[in-house]
Amino acid sequence: MSAGAALSQAALRARIDTVLAEVPDPEIPAVSVVDLGIVRGVDADGRNVIVTPTYTGCPATIAIELAIRVALDEAGLADIGIKTVLSPPWTTDMISDAGRDKLRAYGIAPPPKGAEGRSLHGPDIVECPQCGSTLTKEVSRFGSTPCKALWQCLDCHEPFDRFKCH
Amino acid sequence: MSDTLFHSLLELGDDSLILGQRLCEWCGKAPSVEVDLSLSNLGLDLMGQATLFLNYAGEVEGKGRDGDRLAFHRDGEQFRNSLLVEQPNGDFGQTMARQFLFSTYQLGLFEQLVKSTDPRIAEIAAKAVKEVRYHADIAAEWVIRLGDGTEDSHERMVDGFDWFWRFIDDMFAMDDDQRALAEQGILADKAALRPAFDSRVAAVLAEATLPAAQPVWQVGSGRQGKHSEHLSHLLAEMQQLARAHPEATW
Repeated sequence: MSAGAALSQAALRARIDTVLAEVPDPEIPAVSVVDLGIVRGVDADGRNVIVTPTYTGCPATIAIELAIRVALDEAGLADIGIKTVLSPPWTTDMISDAGRDKLRAYGIAPPPKGAEGRSLHGPDIVECPQCGSTLTKEVSRFGSTPCKALWQCLDCHEPFDRFKCH
Repeated sequence: MSDTLFHSLLELGDDSLILGQRLCEWCGKAPSVEVDLSLSNLGLDLMGQATLFLNYAGEVEGKGRDGDRLAFHRDGEQFRNSLLVEQPNGDFGQTMARQFLFSTYQLGLFEQLVKSTDPRIAEIAAKAVKEVRYHADIAAEWVIRLGDGTEDSHERMVDGFDWFWRFIDDMFAMDDDQRALAEQGILADKAALRPAFDSRVAAVLAEATLPAAQPVWQVGSGRQGKHSEHLSHLLAEMQQLARAHPEATW
């Protein structure tokens, strides 16, 4: 009997959640794939973890799937599959509150909630993750990864990444 | 009809694939770091779209070809991209003229395809449309900035657009079989998208103090696999590694 089948449904789900909560995003390791909303949960029959890509062309997508696979295997959950779904499309609203706090602590301004439909443009007021000032300006619309823009605080002068609304 | 659907998915995937490859040619030599990052990021989004459309095309074809196989092991005449996207980058002005025309076209198209009765097409379009909106905005901003910029940047934008007017009909081309699929709600009726495209282009050109679109002889037809020599050169570079090591995995 497989490890997965030996556990009750509820226990299995809890175990998967625990395992995945420890899988960091390869590009922003301060947050987990669960915090970012990349992991949507487990499907109805408990056989597959449902994941969704953030950006269509995000190069981390393959690395993320691989990291989830390795984590499941190491936890003795090798018989749990990974299923990728596109719909409904991922938005930054799917980042958890805990994830937003972790981003801020890491020096990345999190995206505001309810930004759906604004097509990567957020509101103009962005809070500096270092000092909290709202006197900030955009330096570059494109940052170190596809999901971030480069900003600078005009009070503490620190440059910082801003997670784009998506 | 599955042949028509296959070819239509190739059109969607090939447009994104070929333009993505073109944009990545700028990597490391764009006018500024910001532009370098932005063109590569746009290219990445397009590669993501290409992967999704070509993988689906392979499933519809049912001959065991996946997106990689279709991207790397087809010859030029089997590509269905528009002639516009395969044109060389030229200078930054020309690249932005091409990007503005393509992203404006693609935005109108994807806004329709999110309503496709084919759920796979609808979900890919819904995933990509937000990114395309961003591309269209950025390209329009550059067209305005350069057109309404210095004498030199203005002239370069005029020259850039001059080259591309001949490829617009080709981008919007549809055959009768595709029109039938559009009537079923699977594809978008591209002719119906043209007025909105024309007026958006006219508005941005006016704001950029650039001359309006010129009625010129239209060339075709990339949608039927008839391409300029530029595609062959692009494919030679893009496919060389995969063809030299066809069984390689990594």
